[in-house]
Amino acid sequence: MTSAEPAAAAETAIDLRAEYESSGAKEVLEELERDLIGLEPVKKRIRETAALLLVERARGRLGLAHQTPTLHMSFTGNPGTGKTTVAMKMADLLHRLGYVRKGHLVTVTRDDLVGQYIGHTAPKTKEILKKAMGGVLFIDEAYYLYRPENERDYGQEAIEILLQVMENQRDDLVVILAGYADRMERFFESNPGFRSRIAHHIDFPDYSDDELFRIAGHILAEQNYGLTPAAEAALKDYIRERRKQPHFANARSIRNALDRARLRQANRLFESAEGPLDAAALSAIDEADIRASRVFRGGLAADRGGEGTGDGSGAS
Amino acid sequence: MRITQGAFSFLPDLTDEQITSQVAYCLEKGWAVNLEFTDDPHPRNTYWDMWGHPMFEVADPAAVLYELKECRKVYGDSHYIRLSAFDASHGWESVKLSFIVNRPASEEAGFRLQRSEGAGRNIRYTTQPYATGKPEGERYR
Repeated sequence: MTSAEPAAAAETAIDLRAEYESSGAKEVLEELERDLIGLEPVKKRIRETAALLLVERARGRLGLAHQTPTLHMSFTGNPGTGKTTVAMKMADLLHRLGYVRKGHLVTVTRDDLVGQYIGHTAPKTKEILKKAMGGVLFIDEAYYLYRPENERDYGQEAIEILLQVMENQRDDLVVILAGYADRMERFFESNPGFRSRIAHHIDFPDYSDDELFRIAGHILAEQNYGLTPAAEAALKDYIRERRKQPHFANARSIRNALDRARLRQANRLFESAEGPLDAAALSAIDEADIRASRVFRGGLAADRGGEGTGDGSGAS
Repeated sequence: MRITQGAFSFLPDLTDEQITSQVAYCLEKGWAVNLEFTDDPHPRNTYWDMWGHPMFEVADPAAVLYELKECRKVYGDSHYIRLSAFDASHGWESVKLSFIVNRPASEEAGFRLQRSEGAGRNIRYTTQPYATGKPEGERYR
């Protein structure tokens, strides 16, 4: 159907556009554009990175001097701003461009890397590194690795091994560190080795109210739920209120709120329904389901102790 | 004397690149790759020491090569290292591929043939590696 690609026959010229489409990078970037709401600076950085990698690859094929660029990254931003989701897309992108061989994502935190007694840390860290080779290692809340208040903390050992592998096996493994901006900054200050080995620092901004509302719509659509017009207004109020209260975690708070709204909706239907319900009734979330949230009653502070705050990522 | 055990042992030693391809094949089949080492070269010695844990969860040959290099740092000069691939699937549960990936620097010794006379004119033969005359860890120095 398509004509034979002339660039492939004689490697004297490379059509970047065709390269972009055939490598599959295009699909990943389009998916990113479609699935992620907001996050403009992040998307821009990823597009730039993709362009650099494509050009680097084309240079390599033409025999020009090229070196595997350092791909280790750091994602900073508040909770619930999409760091893990973007990391997953990043792994996919790097895989399609041929910079990692397998393209799987291994998500770890301090607990997975640092041991509990002497001699426990190194094997544990190595085990994780081996699991992640050929893919992407995502270290969430990376600053916990370094505990300056305890000089005998085993985290330092994990950091050393990590740095060594990041340097020596750049072809085998891409490491992404993630965490809150200010604490990551302090972490990099006390571990200058990390900063110099990480090429891409990407900052994730908080979502605006409008973006959060669109995210809510996205989440609900995926689960085959919908909001009634009154519920839409209620949700907008909810987002505005929720932001002012403690433990606000952007999209994660919204997802939790929607989960609880679904719970209340099920309860309401169960208690009030008489006779058969149609699909529309089963999938409509009404104003009352959202207005019942304690966010409208002064939030967490109003009834502390009534409910456990648990993960701290959302108030009901 | 050159020890021939497992697959590929009549061929020249595999390069790291060739080992990588073999490991990639094993991982593709879903086998767990292990590293084992010993300095007792007798062919009936099935009890080799294991280096670390069996690697059930690695996705990429780079991880195995990383461990192999670590193992060579410690035992490369003085021990045999072999790589074995274990198929854990039901009904198999056994080693599917095993080959030597490292030989001690000086692999001379060979085997002594021993005859023991039994009842009547019966003679029993057995072989013993010269290397095992010395204690473990000092055999190939």
